[in-house]
Amino acid sequence: MRYNERELLSLARQPAEKAAEVLMRVPKKGSVLKKRLVKLVVNFLFYFRTDEAEPIGALLLEHCRITKEEENVFSISFMEEPERKYCFECASEEQCQEWVEALKRASYEFMRRSLIFYRNEIQKMTGKDPLEQFGISGEARFQLAA
Amino acid sequence: MKLNERSVAHYATCDSPADHAGFLRKRVERHHHHAHHHTTSYQRCWFVLKGNLLFYFEDRESREPVGLVVLEGCTVELCEAAEEFAFAIRFDDAGARAYVLVADGQAAMEAWVKALSRASFDYMRLVVRELEKQLEEACKSLAACRKSPQRSSSSSVRKRHLSNPALLPVQEKPVILENGYSVSGSSGGGGSTPGGAACPDRDGGYVKPPPLPPRRRSAAGSTTGSPTPGFSTAMPESPVSPETACFSKLHSWYGQEITVLRREWQERQKRGHP
Repeated sequence: MRYNERELLSLARQPAEKAAEVLMRVPKKGSVLKKRLVKLVVNFLFYFRTDEAEPIGALLLEHCRITKEEENVFSISFMEEPERKYCFECASEEQCQEWVEALKRASYEFMRRSLIFYRNEIQKMTGKDPLEQFGISGEARFQLAA
Repeated sequence: MKLNERSVAHYATCDSPADHAGFLRKRVERHHHHAHHHTTSYQRCWFVLKGNLLFYFEDRESREPVGLVVLEGCTVELCEAAEEFAFAIRFDDAGARAYVLVADGQAAMEAWVKALSRASFDYMRLVVRELEKQLEEACKSLAACRKSPQRSSSSSVRKRHLSNPALLPVQEKPVILENGYSVSGSSGGGGSTPGGAACPDRDGGYVKPPPLPPRRRSAAGSTTGSPTPGFSTAMPESPVSPETACFSKLHSWYGQEITVLRREWQERQKRGHP
């Protein structure tokens, strides 16, 4: 599948919502924990070798599951392959919890659900559709769930 | 750079709703080194927009996308190509190529340009933050109105309602309690108790609804008294206080409360029957 790698690399250079040095293990046979810099930008998690400017890879965080594993550790797996886990070991339990929370909220789909929720609540409380002022109430992406 | 392509492709084809989809012709640049010129041709693909990602497939039934355009940071503009109904997706990066796409007609082109312009994660985040703020303000103003002293004269109550027209629909619509049972709103006086109101159960007979749940403790920790009859206690004053502005927390909060309430109500029902 082709993709605009150039733009993705540019995204990786932008200010991150969250960044940290962690130990990371990819779901490949024989892989071990390696020190990596991870950076959360919009719905992508980029991972770098700690001394390099360009990321080794990126994970799109849609339809993924963030699981708190043992102490200091969390994992990311994807809907169609739940056993293939990307594991991350943090410096502390607190840091681990922060990452779990941040990553759970990092998907576009999560934001969409939040928006639909808020829209609905505001509509119930005030009788008005808050998206009308933006002129976007008809947009498919903001519709109440079918 | 690696990308979790298999998962990305799965996201493209899974049944989560697309924000926009349709056929577009995509300009393909081909270089002829010996001839020193470019040939421009167009390839018709099935495009699917999900969030900030634009996928394209060979055709509508393809099981895997041919490609993906990550739209974050792009601008979308109409372009003066030889083709009618053409528009371009461009990125800030000077050297980056633009994606030139051609729609089937004026309406299709406008719909795509609109959808793509609003596709970024940043834009969605802006709208969500704005709505969070609005909901907070709506809750605060509702709470403020409740706290104001209750006078027995119906005319003053009516006046208060009229002065804040936003409250009117809330009073008149059926009120959904957290435990999922609905009670029709109180009469205009604002003093009657919905606890006495009956609502039909599935068999068509009338059952008293379960007692109103106790007022929710606000996230700030202050305790509130027992529910005031006649008010829509279904609209908790706290869930969207700053501490619980996070949707996933809200979601679990509601979920837990509903489970507990449902269980309590079911137990009470069992005890009530001979």
